[in-house]
Parts: sequence; structure tokens; C-alpha cells
Amino acid sequence: MASLVRSWIPLLILQSFLVAVAFGSKEAEQFSEALLLKPLPDRKVLAHFHFENRAPPSNSHGRHHHLFPKAISQLVQKFRVKEMELSFTQGRWNHEHWGGFDPLSSMNAKPVGVELWAVFDVPQSQVDTSWKNLTHALSGLFCASINFLESSTSYAAPTWGFGTNSDKLRYGSLPREAVCTENLTPWLKLLPCRDKDGISALMNRPSVYRGFYHSQRLHLSTVESGQEGLGSGIVLEQTLTVVLQPETTSVETNMQPSWSLSSLFGRKVVGSCVLAKSSNVYLQLEGRLGHESKNVDTEIEAHKLWKNADFDLSLKPDRVLRESSGLLFIFDIDKSSDSEPFDLGLNWKLPSKWSCQQAPLQASRFLMGSGNERGAIAILLKATESQEKLPGRELTDGRCTIKANIFQIFPWYIKVYYHTLQIFVDQQQKTDSEVLKKINVSPSTDKVSSGMLEMMLELPCEVKSAAISIEYDKGFLHIDEYPPDANQGFDIPSALISFPSHHASLDFQEELSKSPLLSSFKEKSLVRSYTEVLLVPLTTPDFSMPYNVITITCTIFALYFGSLLNVLRRRIGEEERFLKSQGKKTGGVKQLLLRLTAKIRGRPIEAPSSESPAAESSFLSTKLIFKIILIAGAAAAWQYFSTDK
Amino acid sequence: MATEKRDKEEEEVKTDDGSLKIKPRPIVQLGIFLVAHSPVFSVVFSAAGVLALLILPLLAKNTYISENALMPGSARSMLSNRDVSDGSKLVKDIKNYRLNHEGQVQKLIGKYMSEMGAEVYYQKFHPEGNQFHPLHFFSGPDSYTLLDNVSCASYGVNVAGIIRAPRGDGKESIVLVTPYDFINGGDYEALSLGITGTLFSLLARVTWLSKDIIWLVADSRYGDYRPVAAWLTEYHSPSFKDSDLLKCGELNTADKFRRAGTMAAALVLKVDGRSERFEDTLSIYAEASNGQMPNLDLINVVNYLAVHRQGFYVKVEKVVSLLSSSWLKIIGEIFEAVGKLAHTLNPDWNFGIPTADYLEGSATLASSLYSQALGIPTGPHGAFRDYQVDAITLKVSPRFPPDSKTRQHDFFLRGAKLLEGTIRSVNNLLEKFHQSFFLYLLTSPSKFISVGVYMIAFALLVASLPMVAASLYIDGCKALNNSTLNPAGNFKSWKWLDAAKQVFALHLFGLIVTLLPYFICQVPGQHSPSNRSIMWGTTSSSLLLITFATIPGCSPFSSRRHGTNWAVLKSVTISAAFIGLCLMSIINFATAEIGALLLVPTCLIVQPIKPALRSRRIKSLLGAFCSMVLLTIGFPVMLFAISKGLFGEGLVGLSLGGEFWTWLESLWAWKSATYLYIGMVHLPCWLLCLCILFHPS
Repeated sequence: MASLVRSWIPLLILQSFLVAVAFGSKEAEQFSEALLLKPLPDRKVLAHFHFENRAPPSNSHGRHHHLFPKAISQLVQKFRVKEMELSFTQGRWNHEHWGGFDPLSSMNAKPVGVELWAVFDVPQSQVDTSWKNLTHALSGLFCASINFLESSTSYAAPTWGFGTNSDKLRYGSLPREAVCTENLTPWLKLLPCRDKDGISALMNRPSVYRGFYHSQRLHLSTVESGQEGLGSGIVLEQTLTVVLQPETTSVETNMQPSWSLSSLFGRKVVGSCVLAKSSNVYLQLEGRLGHESKNVDTEIEAHKLWKNADFDLSLKPDRVLRESSGLLFIFDIDKSSDSEPFDLGLNWKLPSKWSCQQAPLQASRFLMGSGNERGAIAILLKATESQEKLPGRELTDGRCTIKANIFQIFPWYIKVYYHTLQIFVDQQQKTDSEVLKKINVSPSTDKVSSGMLEMMLELPCEVKSAAISIEYDKGFLHIDEYPPDANQGFDIPSALISFPSHHASLDFQEELSKSPLLSSFKEKSLVRSYTEVLLVPLTTPDFSMPYNVITITCTIFALYFGSLLNVLRRRIGEEERFLKSQGKKTGGVKQLLLRLTAKIRGRPIEAPSSESPAAESSFLSTKLIFKIILIAGAAAAWQYFSTDK
Repeated sequence: MATEKRDKEEEEVKTDDGSLKIKPRPIVQLGIFLVAHSPVFSVVFSAAGVLALLILPLLAKNTYISENALMPGSARSMLSNRDVSDGSKLVKDIKNYRLNHEGQVQKLIGKYMSEMGAEVYYQKFHPEGNQFHPLHFFSGPDSYTLLDNVSCASYGVNVAGIIRAPRGDGKESIVLVTPYDFINGGDYEALSLGITGTLFSLLARVTWLSKDIIWLVADSRYGDYRPVAAWLTEYHSPSFKDSDLLKCGELNTADKFRRAGTMAAALVLKVDGRSERFEDTLSIYAEASNGQMPNLDLINVVNYLAVHRQGFYVKVEKVVSLLSSSWLKIIGEIFEAVGKLAHTLNPDWNFGIPTADYLEGSATLASSLYSQALGIPTGPHGAFRDYQVDAITLKVSPRFPPDSKTRQHDFFLRGAKLLEGTIRSVNNLLEKFHQSFFLYLLTSPSKFISVGVYMIAFALLVASLPMVAASLYIDGCKALNNSTLNPAGNFKSWKWLDAAKQVFALHLFGLIVTLLPYFICQVPGQHSPSNRSIMWGTTSSSLLLITFATIPGCSPFSSRRHGTNWAVLKSVTISAAFIGLCLMSIINFATAEIGALLLVPTCLIVQPIKPALRSRRIKSLLGAFCSMVLLTIGFPVMLFAISKGLFGEGLVGLSLGGEFWTWLESLWAWKSATYLYIGMVHLPCWLLCLCILFHPS
């Protein structure tokens, strides 16, 4: 396989060269790959793969792309997508240990399952249509049931609570979507080197899916060229974030485990993807480690940074960057080859401890109440330890405040009573006007649309905890609206808590080359965190008993209508008189015989015929007896065969 | 053959010929027939009902795992010696800590949990128990209303640790509860912490978890139930308001409470006492409040793993005194003989079981019925049922003394393996428990009777009531027509009105008597239970006298002119009893079953005693005697004393009233519908029967 790939590489290089010659004057398509590794305080390692693919603005429609995946560009052109993000996530992001206030976590900590949002560049009336078409297209592209987001009960149009202010934004999430390798393969197909070469070759499926957290993300945005006649360029950003547990042999529990790329992924990097403009590996060390030495002017000091008493790296970093909270080692993998594969290792020598920067408030959400009738959803915001150190406090009317946006979608069967919204700050109930700065509610419509709640809280800076609770009634679904595993319960998608006045970014002391990963980290990104998915048990019918239901309903109907008709139709006095007059005419014996025969034949009583009734009845009796014998025979046969073993 | 049949028909026709009546429809005919022969049928039906109850142990089916996803025992246990040594170390640490320190063992357990990698928190709760409030009877678990002035003198501290499933989505959780008295807990109790500690050590590092695991060490200083209930209320309906309780003690628990999604199942583990048998014994307790049971699958899984994998001797509660009762033995022998006979006739008929099995089954069944009927949960698992969580209590009794080190290792290993297997099964579940039965009675840990079977006994018992009521009503009407010539006689269908008034008045009285304890509890000052019961008794009886005095015709001692016909009264009484029993059977079937066993014969047999004494015929005297006996037994206090004697707790003398009060107090504190049944169905019907007995006719 490798030889095959290698034989292709010269061809590809040649091609890209030709392309470069042909479009020499214009900006060419660019692809870059990067891998960020980061030891986490709870003895795990985060690996963040970052691939960026840029297609410059061009005027030729339907033009052939060289590096950029055609499927995506077609998608953008067809549905006029301005910005879109799709993420597949498995596992929960641990805000406490893995951080919540750095660009990495605010961008890559995603809710469980599938999350999709998109901004369209179409007239307002066509947004929903575009969204529906887009979900179907993505569903096919990524082998996932994203098409379930098509139904208007599953998506919402946030106005400001999501962070992006646009009225052409649609947001939906599928918490129950299972994420696996079938979703990763189409995602990898979008990369020019797939997972054959370069950094993406590290993505060994068993090791990737063995992790504690796994989130693959695809973010695309269009860049307007600004020039007349030119189309728009597309930036496609693909990231895969995994949190892995390095295997450790040491018994000491406070010692950080040592690891290397090969021990984490079971593979090594053998050269970069030749199509990539840059391919780097970064190692980020957080906490006190960064503050040890102030100046790295001399070679010895620089050497100390990566080989010291605490830890040593197996490779010499090409550059070392310092940012406010730690160190960033940069490795270029171009130099690696088959004989000398790139296998970065980190060896800890001393136990070390540090903590991640956390978001100002930590959010958790849970259900309250019991029973199948009603309940309440509560969102609890707790102040984290690092809250006081954070920038982004605002002074309004002389008070220091923290702003928090809460964005929540409610499925229609969770019938929320918005007037029951209660807010508690530090165990004191507050009126809405005290803490609620903005609120936007769009109630749900049964079986038509989901409800949405956006609110902006303004909490005092010294807040210890805040709780929001809102009551709801559980709805009843029609029997064919239940999913196959209805008894599991129904999911309420994650709520999004964002802090509009807090922005996370890494600022490096020295200016650096245009690495896409680093520049995305340098951009100020909104601090946001998703809460847990909730499971609401709804009343479910016993699906295994439709037969019983049908029979009992039919019986009741038959009894009801039978007796009702009897009451309405029969006139007992009349019948009696009629019978009496009949009895006078014919003898009692004959009359009763007639009735008997009529009953047997299932016909109303006839006028006495000339035929001898006795003969007829005897004939009928033989028939009857024949029937009885037949049935008895059948029963006996059945009994015989059923007991026979 | 044909002619023969025809002849027969002709014969029938001839007999009917003379009168020439129009035959009513068959169903009506059947009804008339039943009503006409109601004495015979009522005896037959009641006897059949009792018989159906007695043969229930024969009809018990073997349990089976209904939900395929459970797959108990299919995975190999991953427990290692390291886990067991972790657990043993915890037990040893606790023992040492308690010897040397005065203080909170909770912190030690919390430290152990966090070392394992769990999220730990402490929860303070107030031992304030349930309070009776008449309006809150059927309402769900009420929200945690904290008292304003909480004293810090008495409060408990629970410890809970949560292991997050590594790749799970955090929507569901499994709860493990070990009640432990941090102050007076014995060595045996500490073993339960050892088992769970062992298991926790394993679960903290496994990768197969899909649901989070919560380990709650409940502070059982104030009973097993209360801490678990307090924790569950905090979990499901926390109060966001400030509470004084949080400020008590040095432990700061504010805002530390953590949750882990919807609970899928809960297991309560207790270790107590030494096993009397050679094997380690595992007792399963499943009854929650008002006879609610967890899904049978949960019991099945535990039973399967305990018996077939870990070699525990599994048992469920049984009425021990029944095991030695001779009459039940005779019945068992009869059934065995019948079964053998049937087997010789047809080898496929295998319903006979040995007498010993029958005795065991009946004793277990009786206990199962009794616990369900009482409506009081048999352990801390009852608190979970209020939140629709399936839960059982496992009580393990080791066969060794608690300080035996060598045996302890093996015991921890097997106990933890049992729990591991159960958790693994529940972990496999995609949906919550719904496949198997919720309505069942157990006759042994591996045998059950489903609702379809045990309903028959009750249905047969109560079936005779409407029949007898109808026939009595017809008789009463006839008697009224013959005897009196009052103008009301013209309103033919209103004859039951007088009787209904009386029945209604007595039911109202029953309601008031039911609510009285609430007001008696409000009486200021400390009163002993005996005093309270005396208060209750006197107020009730004076109320009864007032009722008799004010409503004419109510009293059995009133003059004959006012009195209603006893047959009509009995008919309405029986109808009321029938309605009451049927309603109760929906709420708590076991209560209705036991209630029917008592009420149905009493209602059927009771007759005015005066004519019987006057007639001096043996038959009527016997009837009067029987009704006297049944009425004596039927008096609730008497019933309580008899049930105490039956369960081997020893008859009590003068303090009976006090004990009865305590018993009733526990019933209403647990919101048991049985209390309502006794007050609003049993007591009025019993009084009405008394009225009939002393009816001056």
C-alpha cells in the first residue's frame, strides 16, 4: 500500500506544480495539516488534528478543484451556504479537567451526537428549504441520519443566543446519533491525502475510538472576494479531537504517564502529506511549566525547555513559543522519512500537577420531579475557581457583572410553561428583571415545531451559584410517532451556555508564521459550553399488545352496540302479543319446533309450510350432528397432533 | 342418536308447554338462575376463591429473563485481586479510623472514592421523617420542604461518588446504595462497604460502562430509608433556596451536589448477621410502598447470577410460623396426592409438587402478600419506586464471623462479582425495564405468580357479593311489601334508600375516624401511643354514638318502626363492600385480596342474631356463632393482634392499643393505601355487619 502511495506522490507533485504554473498569477488552493498534542491534568492526552483547505475566489463556475473537495464546493454552491458547522461527537467533554476557557475547548467541546448549524445566503423565505436540502445532502455525504433534522420539529432558528447573529441561521442537533468509523471515513475522503499519508495516517481506528472523547468537526465558511464577477472562496476546516489515555506501567498515581505518538496511536508519522503547504506537530504544555525560565535567548536555555528535570521530549522542537499560560513546542514533520519516522514522545520524570483554565461558570443541567405527567428542567451554574482571575468582567451601573447566554431547544412533547421560569442566585430567588437582561422565547407547536428559549443573564461577579428552573408537561405521542426504542425515553438536546463578554484566545509573545491552527487559536473565540443531554421518560404504550387492544375494543364495541340496538329496536310487549297470537294459531309444540329450526337455520320464523316439520327438523339435525362430529374430529385430531412429541 | 336428541328436545318443550312463558335471553336467564340459587353459589364461589388462593403455589411458574438485552452472566468477570485488596483496605481503614478517631468516617470513604477517580460529594439531611397529612395521601413524593429553624443537633451526612462512564453520554445512571451507620455500625455492616468498594475499584477502570455509576453510602444512623429518601429528593427535586442545614458542622456541602442523569436501576446492599446455613445467604427484598414491585427481570438477574454463578443461597422473606402449621401441611399432602393421581392418569399433568415445596411456597406467598398488602416498603429500595426506578435490597449474610480475614477475601470477591454481573446486565439495557412483569407474587426466588393467575382467587371471592346482594334485595322487597303498607311502598325502586342512608352515614363516620389521628397528633403536649389510641378510641366511639343518635334508623338499638329491613340493609352493605374491594384491588391488589378473605365471609354469613336465638335451631345458632366469631376477628385491633401472633412476634397484653396506634401511624406515615382501606371500607362494613347482627327484626 505504502509503495503504491509513494508511486503516486511524484505524479501528484508534478500535477500540483503544473497547476501552480497555470494559475501562477492567482492565489492557489492551499491545504495544511497540523496536530496539536496536549497532556491533560487527569493523566490523559488530547490530540487535536487540524486540516485546513482553502479554495480562493474564482470566477469560473463548476471549475475543477485541485485540492479542494468537490463535494463540499458543490454543496456550498447549490445551497448557498455562507457558514456551516457539522460535528460528530462521542463522549463528554470534561470541563473541569480538560479546560473550558481556551480556544481549543470552546471550539471543539461539542454536544453528544450530531450537531449542525448553517447560515445561508438566500432570501429569508428560502432558508428552510435550503436547510432541508442541506440536511439530506449531508446525510448522504457522511453516512449519518442528519436527514432527521429536516423535520421542523427538530431544528430552530436562534436569533442571538447562539452567538452568531443572523436571521438566516438554522440550528439542530441529534443527541442519539451513534458516531463511529462509518462517519470518519467520508470525512477523511475530503482530505487530499486521506489517511494514507501525513498526519492523518495516525488515525488508527481502534486507538481513535478507544478514547474518552471523540469529536470530528467540519467547519466551512465562504470568503467574499469583494471583486466584481468573482465568486466566493471557501475555507474548509476539518478537525478531529480525541482524548486518549496513555497506557502506563507505573504504579504511582500522581505521576503523569509518559507517552509517544506510537504508543498513543500505534502508528508513526512517516513524512508529511506532500500536498500540504505546511504540516506541523505542536505540543502544548499548560500551567506552571511555562513560567520556569523567562528568556530563551541562549541555546542552553532553549535546550532546558524541552529537556529538564521535569520531563524531556524525544525530539528537539524546531521552535518554542510562549503564551500566557504555557509553552508551545513546534515540530516540523517534513524531515521525517521511512527510515526516520517522526515519533514524538514525552517522558515525565517528576510528578507534576497543573490545572486548566475554566469557564467563569460551570453549567450542569438536570431534570426535576417524578412521574409521567410533569417535571421541570433545571440549569445550575456554578462559579469555578478560576472565575476571579478571568478577564471579561463588565461594569454596569457600577456593578461588576458576568453575562451568560443560555440557548435551549425543547422538543414539542416537552411542553414548557415559560411563565414558571424561576431564577435563583446564591440561593435567593430573584425576579426576572433583576438578572434577566434579554429573553427570547418561541413556544413550540404540537407536532409542528420545537420550542426555543434564549436568555441572557447578568449575574454579579461574586456569584457562587445560579439556578434556573422551568416547568413542563409531558406530551402524548401518537403510537406511530414513537421511535423503535421508545422505552428508553426521549432526549432533550444540550443547552448551550455562552459567555458573550468572555473570549478565549492564545496570545503568543512573538509573532509567528501563518500557521492556520495557530492563527485560529489567536482569534478571539466565544467561550461556550454545552450541558448534558437529558433523558425524559414519557408514557409509552405497550407496543407488544396491539392484538389485545384490538380484541378488547372490538368486544366492548360489540357489547355496546348490540345492547343499544336491542334496547332501541325490540319492543317486548309487542313480541309477547305476537307470540301469544301465534300460539293460538298453531300448537305450542309446533311453534317451538319452528323457532328451533329457525334458530338452527339462522332465519326468521317462517310461516308454517306444507312440508312436514318433523322430517325437516330430522334432516337438519343430521346436518347438525354431522357438523358436531366434524368439529369434534378436528378437535381430537388437533389434540392428537399437538400432544404428540 | 338424532332421534334420541329430538326426543329429548320434545320432552323439554312439553314441560315448558303448559305455562307458555316467553323465555328470557340466556344471559338474563343465567343471571336469574344465579340470583335464585345465590346461597349455594355464594358458598361455592367463596370456597373456590379460598381454594384458588391455596393452590397458587402449585400454579407458580419458573422465572425467566424476559429482556434479551440483559444477558446475565454472559460476560467474564473482570474482578482482580487488586480490587479485592482495595476493598479490604477500605474496611480495615474504617475500622482503624473508628477506633482512633472521633469524627466523620464519611471523609475517609470520600477519600477512597476520589482516589478511585470518582466525583465525590457529601449531602446533609435532616432525620425528620414522614408526617401524616390527609391531603397528601396519593400525591407523589413531596418536594423537600425544609423547616425554618433546623437544629444542628441531629443531621446525617451521606457520601456519594459518581463514576462517569468513559464513553457514555451521561443520560442514565445505575445507583448502588450501602447503608452504613457511621457511629454505631457493626463489623458486618462494614463488609457491605468492602464489597461495594471492591466493585467500585473495578468499575473505575473498566471501559464497558455506558451508564454512570453512583455509589451512595447512606448514613443509616436514622434508619435505612430516610437517608436514601433524602438523597433522592435532593436529586430529583432540590430546593434552590438557602437552608440552615448546610451551615451545620465543618463540612461544606453547598452547591456540591452532583447528578448523573435518569436512574435505570438501583441496588441496595446490606450485610447483616451470620448465615444460619452452610452457604452465604442472600435475601432479596423487593416490595415498595403500596405493593409496588420492581420489574421481575431485576430479581431474575440477581437470582440467576447469585445461584448459578456465585453459589449463594437465595431466599425471599417467608412467614416462618406457616412452615410448621399442620393444617397447611395436610392441604399440601392432599395436593401432592391429587398431583400424583393426575400424573398416573396422564403423564403430562405435572402440577403436583412435594408437600415441603408447597409449604415453602405458601409461606413465601403469604409473606409476599402480607408485605404488599401492608404497603410499607421492606427496605431503602422503596424510596426509589417513588421515582419509577426499579430497585431491590440485597441482604447478604456471610457464613463466617466478620473478623475472619481469609474468608473475607472470598466473600468480597463473590459479592462484588454478583454486583458486577448485575450492573453489567443493567448496563446492557438500551431501554428501561419494561419487558417483564410488574404485578406478581413470589413463591420462591425463582418462582412467581403473575397477575393473571392470582386475580382468579380474588375474582371468585368477590363474585358472590353482587349475586347475594341482588337476591337479598329481592327478598327484602318482598318482605317489605308483605309487612308494611306505608305510602313509600308505592315507590317501588326506592326501598334501598333508607338502607343506603345508613350505609352512607357509617362510611362518612369511617372517613372521619380515618382523619382523626391527624387531629389527635395536633393535640399539644407529649402523649404516649397508648394515650393517643385511647383518645382516638373514645372520640370514635362517641362519634359513633352521635351518629346513631342523630340519624334515625341507623342504630341497631332503635325501635323497629324506624329500622329498615335487614335484608335490604345487608344487600346495600354487600354492594358497598363489593365496590370498596374492587376499588382497592386497583390500588393495591394484595390488600384487596386479604380484605376480601375477611370481609366476604363476614358479609355473607351475618344475620340478625335475635331471630336465631329465638328459633333455637342448631343451624341458625351455628350461623349466629360463626358470624359472631367472624365479626370478632374482623375488628381491626383484633386483626392486628392476630397478625402479630401469626408472624411470631408474640401477643401483647395491655399495650395493644399503643402498638396498634404505632402500627397505624407507620401505615399513614408510609402513605399506605391499606390505612385508607381499613378506615373507609373495612371499618364501615364491619360496623354495618354489627348493625345487621343486632338488628331488631
